[in-house]
Amino acid sequence: MSKTPSERPIASVVDLLALAYQIETDAVQRYTELTAQMETHNNQDLVKVFRDLARAEGIHAEEIRKMAGDMDLVAHAQRLGRWEKGGSPEEADLGAAHYLMTPWHALQLALTGEQQALAFFTSVVERAKDAKIKEMAAEFVEEEAEHVNLVHRLLRKYPKPPDAWSEDDDPPAPQD
Amino acid sequence: MSSVETRLANKPADYASDVKPIWCPGCGDYHVLMSFTRAFAQLSLPPEQIVVVSGIGCSSRIPAYTNCYGFHGVHGRSLALASGLKVARPDLTVVVASGDGDGYSIGGNHFLHACRRNIDMTYVVMDNRVYGMTKGQPSPTTEPDFDTALSPGGTGLSPFHPLVIALASGANFVARAFSGEPKETAGILVEAIRHPGFSFVEILSPCVTFRPDEREWKNLVHAAPVPATDDPAKAARRIMTDDGFNIGILYRGARRPYESRTAERKVELDELEKDFEL
Repeated sequence: MSKTPSERPIASVVDLLALAYQIETDAVQRYTELTAQMETHNNQDLVKVFRDLARAEGIHAEEIRKMAGDMDLVAHAQRLGRWEKGGSPEEADLGAAHYLMTPWHALQLALTGEQQALAFFTSVVERAKDAKIKEMAAEFVEEEAEHVNLVHRLLRKYPKPPDAWSEDDDPPAPQD
Repeated sequence: MSSVETRLANKPADYASDVKPIWCPGCGDYHVLMSFTRAFAQLSLPPEQIVVVSGIGCSSRIPAYTNCYGFHGVHGRSLALASGLKVARPDLTVVVASGDGDGYSIGGNHFLHACRRNIDMTYVVMDNRVYGMTKGQPSPTTEPDFDTALSPGGTGLSPFHPLVIALASGANFVARAFSGEPKETAGILVEAIRHPGFSFVEILSPCVTFRPDEREWKNLVHAAPVPATDDPAKAARRIMTDDGFNIGILYRGARRPYESRTAERKVELDELEKDFEL
């Protein structure tokens, strides 16, 4: 799995915008998927957390889309074909979900995503030769760093649960 | 239309239905569904030209979650149903979804003969080495020492080896994938669907509820160290001696797919209706 850092240098500002947009929309898709899973399993705290995360990533995606004007970022990102193997940096790992997971676990998933996005954009800044690409990537670095800090602040509100968090009083028992 | 334009024509979301999956959070089958929709989009197949056929079990719920035609069939009989469909309508892309219980136990005999017949369709088995839907009974691929209240001390039985059995029975394409790598799995599915004849893809798909130990699979899987071979004996030897976590296309055969003779003959509806008259 190759999530970060950037494997190849970014060739243009449009490439960078398209990839940034893909990162955010992939994140929205995963959080929306997790929201639906938690709704199905009636874990209402997590429904709220994942819905809020999806909304936050959606706002960021919309900002990037506005920056691109009429450019079709989805088509452009597909043509670039990056992350055809492995996931994009902010895609939450669906395999890490659990029906009794807590907000702390959801925020850990979010933290991993934000840190991976931060590493990706940092690598773009380090490798870019074009001043405009470097400047825009630096803005994304700043934003992702702020997101990392935000998740850390939220984690103070939702401390790590006890080790027995996954113990179910009425577990899915094997049947004869 | 250029290849790029073709690729962009459909998005994975175009192949997903509005029905929310009810699998357990963390279940590998979510990723498999994602791989299906990605693969269909990459192939730019119109949804109405695809049929997803299944049997019974958690994995077999998948047709309802796609926007293609679907048939949620009888336990273990998905291959029989799909064979009939493909013979009657060779123009359709037929993908069969199953699990290790449905596919290797109840449907075990159909598996052998579907490989032998080599009808042009793709068989995907989501293997979690347990009967998840019926709550944790050992399946044909369960390890002999899987110790539960249902199988104290384990069954003591050697697990079924589906990939080798598929090869020995005549499958024309054999691959192993891991659900946690949906993009790679989609790539394998694309190749399997494109390959003529019977393609068999085993997807290791953890059951996080009855086999929480399978969450570790993500740390065990690795890319197959050698490319696919067209020699079934070589492929069988490799598969028999690997660690069970080799991911990739393992065998690509060149056997000619089964060709239906009846499908060429156009049957009028009136003629068919007469057959049903008592």
